[in-house]
Amino acid sequence: MSVKYTKDHEWVKLDGDTVTVGITAYAAEQLGDVVFVELPDVGKTFDQGDEMAVVESVKAASEVYAPVSGEVVAVNGALEGEPQKVNESADADGWFVQLKLTDKSQLDDLMDEAAYAAHIS
Amino acid sequence: MPATGPEIMTDILQTPLFDLHVEMGAKMTPFAGYDMPLQYDGIMAEHNHTREAAGLFDVSHMGQAHYTGDETALEKLITADLSALKPGEQKYTLLLNDAGGIRDDLMVSRPFGDDGLFLVVNAATKAADFAHIASKTAGRGELRLIEDRALVALQGPQAADVFAALVPEAAKMIFMQCGVFTLDGADLYVSRSGYTGEDGFEISIPADRAADISRKILADERVKPIGLGARDSLRLEAGLCLYGHDMNEETTPSEATLMWAIAKPRRERLDFPGAEKIMQQFADKPARKRVGFTMAGAPAREGAEITKDGEIIGVVTSGGFGPTMGGPVGMGYVDLVHALAGTEIEILLRGKARPAKVTKMPFVEQRYYRGE
Repeated sequence: MSVKYTKDHEWVKLDGDTVTVGITAYAAEQLGDVVFVELPDVGKTFDQGDEMAVVESVKAASEVYAPVSGEVVAVNGALEGEPQKVNESADADGWFVQLKLTDKSQLDDLMDEAAYAAHIS
Repeated sequence: MPATGPEIMTDILQTPLFDLHVEMGAKMTPFAGYDMPLQYDGIMAEHNHTREAAGLFDVSHMGQAHYTGDETALEKLITADLSALKPGEQKYTLLLNDAGGIRDDLMVSRPFGDDGLFLVVNAATKAADFAHIASKTAGRGELRLIEDRALVALQGPQAADVFAALVPEAAKMIFMQCGVFTLDGADLYVSRSGYTGEDGFEISIPADRAADISRKILADERVKPIGLGARDSLRLEAGLCLYGHDMNEETTPSEATLMWAIAKPRRERLDFPGAEKIMQQFADKPARKRVGFTMAGAPAREGAEITKDGEIIGVVTSGGFGPTMGGPVGMGYVDLVHALAGTEIEILLRGKARPAKVTKMPFVEQRYYRGE
C-alpha cells in the first residue's frame, strides 16, 4: 500500500499489521540539522496522538506524536549514532519506529500523498 | 510535530540588508522586532564554516549611538572606567540598575578620536537603554541615536585576511581596538571584536552602503552569510552571555560571573549602580552563580530545571547542541556549592533526570587576535 501522512508531518507505511513511522522530508527540512532523537522503548503502547518520540535539532526540540494507536515492535537504533539520517533520508533510513496496529481503520483518516502535498503547499 | 504558523506581528522592521538576505535564500524569523535571517545553508554548516573560515552576520538590529559631553554622567550608569578608555579602544561593559541588576551588556568605544563615545547595545533592550541613558545624562551629555547605519560582523579565523584585502589598516588592529576607516568612499566604524569566540570585526556601515559593502565582503569565497541560529550556537560554545537569558535585571554581575567587566577603579570608588550590594555579595560569595555544563544525548534547553540528588539546585538559561563540541552544551545558574567545574548534576528533560557535568567555559577556546 502507499504511504499515508498526518497533518503533523509524519509518514506511515503499512506492511501487514505493522506500520513504519517517520517524519517527512518537509518536516526534517523545517527542523534543520537533527542532533538527537529520543525513541520509545520496544513494547510500549501508544494511543493515536500520544507523544511518542522527541526530535532535537540544533534549534529546538519537537515532539513526534503517534500517528495511529499501537505497540512499538521496533525502533531505529541507527539514529542514536547517526541522527543526521533524519535529514539525509527522512522517508527511508531515517525512520523512527514500527508499530503493531491496534486499529487499522485509523489509517483511513490519514492523508494520501496528494493531500499531504496540498497540506504543505 | 505541531505545525508552526506564521507569528502574528505588526510593524516588523527590516534591516538595510533585508533584500540581500532574501536574495541569498535566508529563512527569515522575527527577532527583537526585526525580520532576521535564522539560517541560509543550515545552522550546523554555518557554525562550522565560521569556525573554519569566515562568516558574515547581519546584526543591524542592535542599537548604535554616539554619546558626547560629560562622560562622568554616563560612567555612573555603567561599569567601565571611561577616563582610562583611550581613543581607538573598546570595552565590554554593563548597564546596571540601582539594585545592581543588569539592565544590559554593551560595547563602549572611542573610534572617533576625542569626539565622544560609540555605544552598541542589544536589540531587545535598545529603546529602554537609550531612554535611560538620555534621561540620566540630560543637561550634561547628549545621546544621538544612530539609526541610519547597518552593523555587520565578520567572524572566523580567516576574517582578518579577508578584511585586510579590503581595509588593510583595519586589519592591523588587535582585539578590542576600534577606529573609523574608509571603503569605497563609505565611512566604516570598525572594532576588532565579536560574539563567536573567533577573531573578527564588527563593522558599522551607512545604511545606503550596507548591501554593496556586504556583497563585497561576501564576494571573497572564504566568506559565507551566517544566520542567528549559528550566532547563538557559536556564542554559547564561546561561553558568552545572551542578555535576557543568561542575565537580566534580577541578576547581578557577581552571580553572572561578570565581575571582570567592572573596572578596578570603579570597584574602589564604589560609584556604579548597586556598588555596595554587588561588592558585598562578591565578598560573601553569591548564593547562586552562572556555570557552564555539558551532557550526552538530548540537549537541555532554556528553562529546564537543574537538580542534584533529586533536589532542585538551579535552572538552565541557555542550552543547545554545540557543533564544534559535538554534543550538548549550556549554561545556567546553580547554588554555589554545586558550581565547581566537574560537579555531577542532573537536568530534568521531559520529566527525566539526565546526567550532566558542570564544565568550565568557554567550551571552545576563544581565538581573539591580541597581536603577534
